[in-house]
Amino acid sequence: MTMTPTESAAAGVPHFTEVPPPPSVNVGQTERAMSTVAGGLLAAYGLSRRSLPGLALAGLGGALLTRGTTGHCPAYNAAGISTADAPAPVEIVQSMSVTASRGDVYAFWRKLENLPRFMEHLRTVEAVTETRSRWTARGLGPLPDVSWEAEIVEDVPGERIVWQSLPGADVDNAGHVRFEDGPGGLTEIHARISYRPPVGPLGVAVAGLLDPVLGSSVRQDIARFKHIIEAGEVPRADPNVRGTS
Amino acid sequence: MKALCWHGTEDVRVDTVPDPTILNDRDAIIQITRTAICGSDLHLYDGYIPTMQAGDVLGHEFMGVVVETGKGVSTLKKGDRVVVPFTIACGSCRHCNRTEFSLCDNSNPNAAIQEAGYGYSGSGLFGYSHMMGGYAGGQAEYARVPYADVGPFKVPDSLTDDQVLFLTDIFPTGYMAAENCGIKEGDVVAVWGCGPVGLFAQISAKMMGARVIAIDRFQERLDMAQQFAGSEVLNYEEVAVLDVLREMTAGRGPDHVIEAVGMEAHGLGFVNAYDKVKQTLRLETDRAYALRQAIQACGKGGTVSIPGVYGGAIDKFNLGAAFGKGLTFKMGQTHVHRYLPRLLQHIEDGDLDPSFIITHRAPLTDAPALYKTFRDKQEGCIKVVLDPMA
Repeated sequence: MTMTPTESAAAGVPHFTEVPPPPSVNVGQTERAMSTVAGGLLAAYGLSRRSLPGLALAGLGGALLTRGTTGHCPAYNAAGISTADAPAPVEIVQSMSVTASRGDVYAFWRKLENLPRFMEHLRTVEAVTETRSRWTARGLGPLPDVSWEAEIVEDVPGERIVWQSLPGADVDNAGHVRFEDGPGGLTEIHARISYRPPVGPLGVAVAGLLDPVLGSSVRQDIARFKHIIEAGEVPRADPNVRGTS
Repeated sequence: MKALCWHGTEDVRVDTVPDPTILNDRDAIIQITRTAICGSDLHLYDGYIPTMQAGDVLGHEFMGVVVETGKGVSTLKKGDRVVVPFTIACGSCRHCNRTEFSLCDNSNPNAAIQEAGYGYSGSGLFGYSHMMGGYAGGQAEYARVPYADVGPFKVPDSLTDDQVLFLTDIFPTGYMAAENCGIKEGDVVAVWGCGPVGLFAQISAKMMGARVIAIDRFQERLDMAQQFAGSEVLNYEEVAVLDVLREMTAGRGPDHVIEAVGMEAHGLGFVNAYDKVKQTLRLETDRAYALRQAIQACGKGGTVSIPGVYGGAIDKFNLGAAFGKGLTFKMGQTHVHRYLPRLLQHIEDGDLDPSFIITHRAPLTDAPALYKTFRDKQEGCIKVVLDPMA
């Protein structure tokens, strides 16, 4: 689900930090990261289709990958565009009800080292200080891991946690999670995670493509959180126990 | 180990597959001593359940002996003899807390697939497609059972495997179908289908004080309904069911109807042919002849209880009849964990012996042939029980 910037501002999501790009590069840092991620996804998806349209997708994916890793976009160059201005973030909003006390849910989430237990793309989160933390996410496919530092900018025990990445982050992101009492002893979790999308026509297309992917991945993350809090483990089927005759 | 694997429509084979292992702390591994083919397995066999993959291990009615437990399981130990509910439930989510175990929030690893199709996902099930979790089933020598501290129920040594095996699905399923009717003493309940679930629904409705009328077209099944459930029986190929039901109830119609047939119903006449053609062409996924007739036959203010399995969409649905008569619909996968202990008690007390429905016993290796026998209702086949150790 994508929120408008107005709604997100009203909900108190922090603004993104600005990182000026190096001179020889005409694609902003966040957009590079997004190009890399989206390019990787597209290439993988396109190649897996084993069809002509699939190959075309893979080709577009490859171009995006190049654009992301080099920071140079031939199309932007030709059009005289350079993207360093701040676009509205892509906002992913997901909610979930869990059978656990608000205090327990908050405490589990606030111990940031717990996050990789349910956020699948995260490798580690280490607390550097009480409010500052270092996050490492798995690189997509053959891409290397990405890491960034984040700061908890608001922390109301039992109610909400708000964080944002610090200047220099590979992936410029921010988010907040709010805990509310639901009916029948449930705790309602409302999470909002934002990534800054690329700009320009290509960027719009890429953001549109990524939005549902990120949305469903955040949804899966929160579902895993619920499984761990309620049942103590994430359900798994064994993919190996099957016939191959 | 040996396991019965699905390879496509009407293609099931006994393959050698890797033994299951403990993956989560709350798992247990069960060595299977008895397993059965369920009528709902025939929907898989006939290719009507989506998200099946070649190689999937089938089977959701199984029991056996605990051979290994994860470190989170303190309620079971090696050597315990257990029956395993076909619905997988965590025991601690909102729905489990309401004893709606088949609606468990946590047991389906592929909940997202079911959410895409149904809006929200029910519990995981053993051996019943990837949409239901992709869990390997129990028509095998061993099975991994998640949430083993909640699921498997110990059974006393005084009862044989054949007596308790059907606590895993069909007995609780028939019982819940009857309970869903909210039967009061003297109510008339008409049951479509005299397969195992229909028979257990009839027996349960009788236990709850109902007069039961059973409908089928196979004489051996009608005989069983008469003999074991004390039902009055109708062969729908021989009589006009709606007219006869009206006469049998002095113009009131049945107070409640139970549709224990499901998505591959057989019927008569034009609408049945219409359903068959549309289902074959996949223009409609579920063939609902019995359901439509049950709705039409149900008396005013009655309940339509549906233990028969549906997976997708039906059309020509006579909602107007249901609306016009103020009917209540109750359905869904069985909350096995809710009913199993009380039904086990009935068996221990000698109130009934569910093994009466077994018509075929065979080693697991005979399963592929018996799927076909069962599907085609050959040799009077009503219930197949397999012994993986034979």
